[in-house]
Amino acid sequence: MESLMIVLIGILVAVATYLVLSRSVLRVIVGTAILSHAVHLLLLTVGGLKKGSVPILGQAAAPFTDALPQALILTAIVISFAVTAFLLVLAYRMYLTNGSDDFHKLGGSSDE
Amino acid sequence: MSNILVLPLIVPIITAALLVFLNDYIKLQRIVSLLTMIFVAGISVVLLQLIQTEGILRLDFSGWLPPFGILFVGDSFSVLLVLTSSIVTILCLIYAFSTIGKEQEKMYFYPFVLFLIAGVNGSFLTGDIFNLFVCFEVMLLASYALIALGGEKFQLRESLKYVLINVVASWMFLVALAYLYGTVKTLNMAHIAQRVAEVGQEPMLTLVSLIFLIVFALKAGLLLFFWLPGSYSVPPTAVQALFAALLTKVGIYALFRTFTLMFPLQPEITHTIIGVMAGITIIAGCMGALSGRDVRTIASYNVIIGVGFILMALAIGNEQAFAGAVYYLIHDIIAKALLFLLIGTMVMLTGEIVVKNMNGLIRNYPLFGWIYFITMCGLIGIPPLSGFVGKVLIGQGAVEQGAYVLLALGFGSSIIVLYSLLRIFLASFFGETSISEEDKQPMPKGAYVSFVLLALCMIGLGVGAEGIAIYVNDAAHTLANPSVYIEAILNTNK
Repeated sequence: MESLMIVLIGILVAVATYLVLSRSVLRVIVGTAILSHAVHLLLLTVGGLKKGSVPILGQAAAPFTDALPQALILTAIVISFAVTAFLLVLAYRMYLTNGSDDFHKLGGSSDE
Repeated sequence: MSNILVLPLIVPIITAALLVFLNDYIKLQRIVSLLTMIFVAGISVVLLQLIQTEGILRLDFSGWLPPFGILFVGDSFSVLLVLTSSIVTILCLIYAFSTIGKEQEKMYFYPFVLFLIAGVNGSFLTGDIFNLFVCFEVMLLASYALIALGGEKFQLRESLKYVLINVVASWMFLVALAYLYGTVKTLNMAHIAQRVAEVGQEPMLTLVSLIFLIVFALKAGLLLFFWLPGSYSVPPTAVQALFAALLTKVGIYALFRTFTLMFPLQPEITHTIIGVMAGITIIAGCMGALSGRDVRTIASYNVIIGVGFILMALAIGNEQAFAGAVYYLIHDIIAKALLFLLIGTMVMLTGEIVVKNMNGLIRNYPLFGWIYFITMCGLIGIPPLSGFVGKVLIGQGAVEQGAYVLLALGFGSSIIVLYSLLRIFLASFFGETSISEEDKQPMPKGAYVSFVLLALCMIGLGVGAEGIAIYVNDAAHTLANPSVYIEAILNTNK
């Protein structure tokens, strides 16, 4: 299971890298969203996949699964949603004021 | 246990959330945000005193004892930084009152500043590395909004770059966290330090520490500062000053915590790399400051030189250098805020950004000119002012450790700082003024208040160095002996 997850993470990172390096702003944003999904899976996998029982006292005495990675991912997902939403709004405003969603056309010198 | 430790985080957040609903009452927003920051500054003074009497403070949320729960830790280092950033924020707010303009104020300027401060204070106070990530994000989201405030064409362009770079940096932070959690199975910084010491910082952990180095270096502007000059020159002046004063310092703080507390065991790898990075940062910053024609670019590269200089102390890594670094951090927060406020005001008064196109400012605004002069002297480290003590202590630490190359680079950079700022002073302040008495723009009302108070802070920090010496030495002692910190956190009988 771990190996499968790691391969999946690798594919996601590869796809995301391709998208982040493209010229269109929208593709870059989708790329960052995929990037964050990849890292959430990484957190889950490295933190330990579910092997034992649920971590509730009184349930089966067997070894418990660490619940912390889930909590971490939950927080990270919320943050990445917020950032993606902000980025989309920013990109939209930039499209309205600059009339283009192509990074190459933004250019601009520092002495404006 | 001390519940007031959470106030520097929670008071700004609550008031910011309330201010969102009071958007139409600008006067009220001003007063409330100012009072909030004064309250936070007062709380941090109280905390500093408490730390002197009771040792390092700890607040375990919901009573979950370390290493299981989330916790806040207040040692002298973090609380000193909280205090300084609150004071600087108060003064930047006073400046903003008269300059930022109604439109920006209506676009939730004050709530965003308070959210930014909450994130900054949270990052300084947290004792849990995942919480550090969360507080970083709180701070960054507020800064994304502040940098785009106004919605000009160039602002949107620079802010998009800034956001994307930070999103990728946050991604790497999570990657490092994942591997760290996978290896040591804990997130409490003191507990991580203990576990790392037990296994002797194996290569895997050193690699993780290097990923942290890249992440925090991006935030601090250490070597990876390519985004900094662009994004620091687009927002309104008061925001620029806040960014220059606070954002890079949070990265520096995180670097200090990471490499003095959690991963101090392989200095020949990690600290050497930090030293090389700091050296290159200083050189590159100097080159940028020399080649800049635009006042804002010169000021931005001065931030970068400061970052290199402070992290030099981390690479040197003895108690004296740490004491110097703490002094210099406090000085740098105040001085960079003042420098950016002055530069922004220059641009506003003359409508020019190129050094050569301004002249004779000192004739129209004498006090303004002399405050610039004081700031310049302070940044170089002329004795009665605040930069001096930090520079001397870092220098002594470098000599003790035999790091002569870094010493030469660090002190050599002072000359470049002097040259680049003096160039502005001579070209823009002296000479015949091209603006006649009738045409001159009035200085914004509140501006002088914040200039004079910040300048007084600089002088006070230099003259009164003895006064805060106990706190600084305590901070440096904890940095140099991480066992003090670990003992205070993991000793749960307290």
